[in-house]
Amino acid sequence: MDLVAAIVAAHAGREGPLLPILHDVQAAQGHVSEEAIRTIAHGLNLSRAEVHGVVSFYHDFRTQPDPRPVVKLCRAEACQARGVEALVAALPPQNQVRIETVYCLGLCSAGPAALAAGRPHARLDAAKLAALVEAAT
Amino acid sequence: MITVRISDDSLAIACGADEVAAAFEAAGCTVERVSSWGMHWLEPLADIAGQGFGPLAPEDVPAVLAGTSDKGIGCIEDHPFLARQQRFTFARAGKTRPLDMGDYIAAGGWAGLRAAERLSPAEIIARVTASGLRGRGGAGFPTGIKWQTVANAFGNRKYVVCNADEGDSGTFADRMVMEGDPFMLVEGLAIAGLAIGAQKAFVYIRSEYPHAIAKMHAAIAASADLVAPFEIEVRVGAGAYVCGEETALLNSIEGKRGEVRAKPPLPAIEGLFGQPTAVNNVLTLAAVPFILAQGAEAYAAVGFGRSRGTMPIQLAGNVRHGGLFEAGFGLTLGELVEAIGGGTASGRPIRAVQVGGPLGAYHPPSDFHVPIDYESFAAADGLIGHAGLTVFDDSVDMGDMARFAMAFCAAESCGKCTPCRIGSTRGVELIDRLRAAPTAGDAALLEDLCETMRFGSLCALGGFTPYPVLSALKHWPQHFGLIPETTP
Repeated sequence: MDLVAAIVAAHAGREGPLLPILHDVQAAQGHVSEEAIRTIAHGLNLSRAEVHGVVSFYHDFRTQPDPRPVVKLCRAEACQARGVEALVAALPPQNQVRIETVYCLGLCSAGPAALAAGRPHARLDAAKLAALVEAAT
Repeated sequence: MITVRISDDSLAIACGADEVAAAFEAAGCTVERVSSWGMHWLEPLADIAGQGFGPLAPEDVPAVLAGTSDKGIGCIEDHPFLARQQRFTFARAGKTRPLDMGDYIAAGGWAGLRAAERLSPAEIIARVTASGLRGRGGAGFPTGIKWQTVANAFGNRKYVVCNADEGDSGTFADRMVMEGDPFMLVEGLAIAGLAIGAQKAFVYIRSEYPHAIAKMHAAIAASADLVAPFEIEVRVGAGAYVCGEETALLNSIEGKRGEVRAKPPLPAIEGLFGQPTAVNNVLTLAAVPFILAQGAEAYAAVGFGRSRGTMPIQLAGNVRHGGLFEAGFGLTLGELVEAIGGGTASGRPIRAVQVGGPLGAYHPPSDFHVPIDYESFAAADGLIGHAGLTVFDDSVDMGDMARFAMAFCAAESCGKCTPCRIGSTRGVELIDRLRAAPTAGDAALLEDLCETMRFGSLCALGGFTPYPVLSALKHWPQHFGLIPETTP
């Protein structure tokens, strides 16, 4: 049994298993491939269109692989009020790290804030953000 | 040996608490990781025998231990920011280790559940109703009435669903409950389960909160025997803001696209998997143990008008003293952002305070007399929502913020209803056109579009996006080029 089928089997008895399955597949493979969607649809007795519809709805799920490390940068109102847009503008151009915009990490009293490798960072300035991106590579 | 208490809340960690804790350990101290007091500008804050030191960096540790540090704030509990609060929900904040069952019990934990177990479901609901508790997610619906509806509804199974999809910028109280006092949320869920006759609860937590997810998993596992046969399961969101809307959230748990459902039927009658479901915000459920343990009267004794009890207010954005401020309803906006929040972090004048997250109105200083109360904010063309206050200084362009509100709505719209899906995109285009070549006609058109979205959308995303847009247009027409910019 392949990995995706094993994940589907592990969640099969749960109420509403699709999101937990998609999270696990993405964690294991970095994305949810067309092949994985086929396997999940088969396992849950859904149409591929239904699974695809769910995958494409949520910002967290991606259908294409992207092996680059990710820095999630909050660009919501509270971080804007603390100047995140100027930091974005000052970021040196690079392509080794995917800078993903998120709307709120709940660190709104100490922004600008980011999440890198599961670790939160706050009170960012241009130098700290650049160092964070550098460290992620 | 010196015991040093440092928070392991994700905000403290983001500000360097782990490194400071390691430095104290390296210096031979015992370090206890506790919840955060909520004085975020002081994080990482070290608590040594009740005396506070912060914000600390690892290099400050030798001076703190030598008694020569200039980062001392004196006795933490006497700090004016804390002394002015009335903490019901955050009574344990800063004092207990989040996942230490002994700490929780010693600080009054499970007393609410023990009290509830001696009552009939109807009596539990009667107490929650008598407390005046209203849904803290933003809608302010009376919790007791919602629970009564679910209790009365016919269903094979009933569910409690905790909405922990705290997506509003400027809010973090749910996160602080889950990271700082997760057993309290478990206790609130178990009481709700007894009241409505549910067998199972889901806690839907956004994926942007990895620390909260981990703590809730651990707390649920550690207290499974105490709440059995009631079961609690964590579900993790997937980055969709609209899933904070209760019916979209239910669809998401069911494994569907997070699209909003038309109401009726109410989730209380036909909710998760078609069964009667009580959907409650984290802060609502977290308030319940206090009400059961201390009595409905104790809770209802504080408050303002029809808003009873306390509200954990979150001071965020460009504010000097940001953090969590729990107090009875009724403090004015100005007291909160100026006297308590200390004005802006940048030291510049306040231009606007957005109250209630991305769907809340921008209030100018002329609204600073308005008290934090559901009805008073509605009368001031705003809403308190989840009570996040995001402060902006005078460098903000309110035309930019109005555009961002529409663009955010366009990005996060679930697509189910036309006013939100199409209206938000047309709104961005219209604001761009208006700012490029201001005309009274386009301003009127924007107001008209907002009215369509407000009254024609299925849920609060499309329905409330007009609040930030129209408030910006009303109070700062110069930022849309509608009147000349005046130089102060």
